Amino acid sequence: MPTDTPTIVLIGHGMVGQRFLEALAERGLTATHRVVVLCEEPRPAYDRVQLTSYFSGKTPEDLSMTDMAFIETHGIELRVGDPAETVDRAARKVTARSGLVVDYDVLVLATGSYPFVPPVPNKDAEGCFVYRTIEDLLAIEEYARTSTTGAVVGGGLLGLEAAGALKGLGLNTHIVEFAPRLMPVQVDEGGGAALLRTIEDMGLSVHTGVGTQEIVVGEDGAVTGMRLSDGSELATDLVVFSAGVRPRDQLARDCGLDVGERGGIAVDEQCRTVTDPHVFAIGECALAADGRVYGLVAPGYEQAETAAATIAADESSFTGADLSTKLKLLGVDVASFGDAHGTAEDCLDVVYSDSRAGLYKKLVIGRDGTLLGGILVGDAEAYGTLRAFTGSVPPVAPEALVLPAGAGAPVQLGPSALPDDAVVCSCHNVTKGTIRGAVTEHRCTTVPEVKKCTKAGTGCGSCVKVLGQLVNAELEASGVEVDKGLCACFSQTREELYEIVLALRITSFRDLLDRHGREAARGGDGCEVCKPAVGSIIASLAPTIGASTYVLDGEQAALQDTNDHFLANLQKNGSYSVVPRIPGGEIAPEKLIVIGEIARDFGLYTKITGGQRIDMFGARVEQLPLIWARLVDAGFESGHAYGKSLRTVKSCVGQTWCRYGVQDSVRMAIDLELRYRGLRSPHKLKSAVSGCQRECAEAQSKDFGVIATANGWNLYVGGNGGATPRHADLLAQDLSDAELIRLIDRFLMFYIRTADRLERTSVWLDRIPGGLDHVRDVVVHDSLGICDELEALMAAHVSHYRDEWAETINDPEKLARFVSFVNAPDTPDPVVAFVPERDQMKPDLPLLNIGLRPADDILEGSATL
Amino acid sequence: MTLALETTDLKVQLRLTDDWFTVCDLSALLPGRGVAALLPDGRQVAVFADRTGRLYAIDNRDPFTGAAVLSRGLTGTHRGRPFVASPLLKQRFDLESGQCLDDEAVRVTAYEVKAA
Repeated sequence: MPTDTPTIVLIGHGMVGQRFLEALAERGLTATHRVVVLCEEPRPAYDRVQLTSYFSGKTPEDLSMTDMAFIETHGIELRVGDPAETVDRAARKVTARSGLVVDYDVLVLATGSYPFVPPVPNKDAEGCFVYRTIEDLLAIEEYARTSTTGAVVGGGLLGLEAAGALKGLGLNTHIVEFAPRLMPVQVDEGGGAALLRTIEDMGLSVHTGVGTQEIVVGEDGAVTGMRLSDGSELATDLVVFSAGVRPRDQLARDCGLDVGERGGIAVDEQCRTVTDPHVFAIGECALAADGRVYGLVAPGYEQAETAAATIAADESSFTGADLSTKLKLLGVDVASFGDAHGTAEDCLDVVYSDSRAGLYKKLVIGRDGTLLGGILVGDAEAYGTLRAFTGSVPPVAPEALVLPAGAGAPVQLGPSALPDDAVVCSCHNVTKGTIRGAVTEHRCTTVPEVKKCTKAGTGCGSCVKVLGQLVNAELEASGVEVDKGLCACFSQTREELYEIVLALRITSFRDLLDRHGREAARGGDGCEVCKPAVGSIIASLAPTIGASTYVLDGEQAALQDTNDHFLANLQKNGSYSVVPRIPGGEIAPEKLIVIGEIARDFGLYTKITGGQRIDMFGARVEQLPLIWARLVDAGFESGHAYGKSLRTVKSCVGQTWCRYGVQDSVRMAIDLELRYRGLRSPHKLKSAVSGCQRECAEAQSKDFGVIATANGWNLYVGGNGGATPRHADLLAQDLSDAELIRLIDRFLMFYIRTADRLERTSVWLDRIPGGLDHVRDVVVHDSLGICDELEALMAAHVSHYRDEWAETINDPEKLARFVSFVNAPDTPDPVVAFVPERDQMKPDLPLLNIGLRPADDILEGSATL
Repeated sequence: MTLALETTDLKVQLRLTDDWFTVCDLSALLPGRGVAALLPDGRQVAVFADRTGRLYAIDNRDPFTGAAVLSRGLTGTHRGRPFVASPLLKQRFDLESGQCLDDEAVRVTAYEVKAA
């Protein structure tokens, strides 16, 4: 299709390809050129670096890096699922698989790399996979459903990522690495030893110094094992090859472009192919001018920038790049930067090593004290700062930078010490000066704004922590007050108010407001944000601070949201729903019949909930005490469906009935539900217990979920369903009953203590500094020394629990509140009426608009009472 | 309809067009919470007391949903003025004027109210 406008054709739409498009747009080239992109994968560019996060709950959409509005705005013709098949350089034409032929003025190859699969027998058998694309992940996930064991060939970066994914899928996981240590490229022997220990502690089996000789297959042709070079055989259902990548240069070879001896399209410092001035190559398919193929995203981005600049006739060059990396592999921080292996002449090492704790830190220092590079395993907190100092003499002694806090001279070298030209985000080459400018000149006040403005932190994400510190420091320096207060009444966060209430034993909202509220709010009535938040804090701590443990007592009644105030759930027409507790979802027929009778007698709509209990809808406020009198009489108690508190602990039938079950999941679910019932928390809490790894109770989507193992229980935390689903993280494994309960006690109390208002455990876990590792340190290893207190707080809650509905129906003064009208206690609210639907009834919604309707039209909610 | 008997000294009274309508005992009001009352013409009123004992009354119907629930909302102080937040979708209404604080175009009836 010949046109007048010059055409740029990009082959490959991966991370580097997308970056190249952005660089074209920034230089205005999308306005002056027709841009055509041929993409082989069925979806546009996504974050391949974060591929493994798919298994911790990210969807392919979350991983996407392509804003379709960007593609449309710039008129880019993006063709997914339509790879380039041939290039005719003489005619300057590209032919795609669909048959489309495009004439180009400039051709850019960003075809990436392909996984290297060693040429062993049966390498293509059913059950063999590579680890490169979202499609690979989906295939592995599917196959793992019927597998119990998986093996990864390759113990490098990607191999460990893949091993983490297999483990996350519940497989017994092996790693087979030919080199004598894991991650041989990035870490040295000491670092490899620390890494090995930590990874083995997680239950993965590591085989180093052995090669794969053959994939063993069964009669059906599917994988059953691997034969290793030491003569041993490893039984496995699934094999993932992750033994490195090779530049994808076949298209270039086919059209006669020069490639390197070991692959890679040869380019000059402008990323132009040495063979043809109309063709460029960028990213993992390119052999850079320094003779290297770069397999990391940051150098690829730099090449994308260079190619775009050259096309725009700007001066730019790519002469080589930093290979610094920081990754979290299987939950272990691993980082290497600069001259990690100490190849410079006369350089010296400073090493701190603690194999017991899985820590290894090495800095490479030049003669004159210049920091040249380093390796961090187990704790890479300092990575962002250290990498930025690389090439200069740090302002403190190097040993102070690697010693753990508390040992010797604990020096916290903050990012404030960095010079303005220090690169903070190496993926996008953003300096500290640029980040400061985003705050001072572009008026960004939050990390997300700065990320959007500068692109810093949007690549691998390893600099986000430093970014946060810089943004806050800059805001403070420029006098911008960052108001983290709960609401217009309190300048404190929820966590701070919790500490105040606990330390000063404050049992009254008015006291707290008048003594600790913002000046202007003192003496007032608070607001709809702080009243329930403080009500919840007081309720959580009630036995410890000496407040009433009954949420409708005294002033506490005025703090509760309407649901807690009426101990039922308000529905859209002003009626309420009623949910009695059914611990663990286990209920005897007699009690089921009682629920049925009550629902029938009061004319309620019934529905089974997702939490394995029964919800009865359509009760008017004055019916609630009558309904509950019967429920309490039959042995039911409040299900707290209305509260920011424990809802249910779901369970499967477990070992007692199920032929797969390995523990009594129902008993454990009942124990947990009865232990934590009534516990007020920052948001609702859901839980589940599964009797085996098949996970029928869906425990990994709960705030705290328990899965039975042959040896006890695995505890998962921070899971969530709902609008932003998140898979729970494994907190601890193979716990006894007592260990499990102690750990949950600590976890819940730590959450209640530190979470923001209405912050579910999933969001909390992602927000708090240090994340899951920090929570594990605190609740498993007692790093803050507060576990005794957390357990005591929970013990006080458990021993003081009383059923609030039983308490309410025995208190005439409280019952007086359960009326539609204070001046006509026997009159029902005329707006609450119902019409029939599917053998039950539903709210008469049109009535809400008209207010009243003649009496014979409506179906009375309380016909029989 | 049965009206509750008047039992204590101070009564909460509402100004209707011509005269004062007795709603309930003052002691039936919990500071910071509301109650609903039924008027002779079938309308509903939400009556509130703040922490100082001041009384407020506005229409009980939540104009955003049609449900008669404003009496069950949480009260508070916004820039020195008393408000109630609807328990359904949380819009706030000024207790003195009935003006919705989250939507200029919406206002509910406010009533004159006293303890006598």
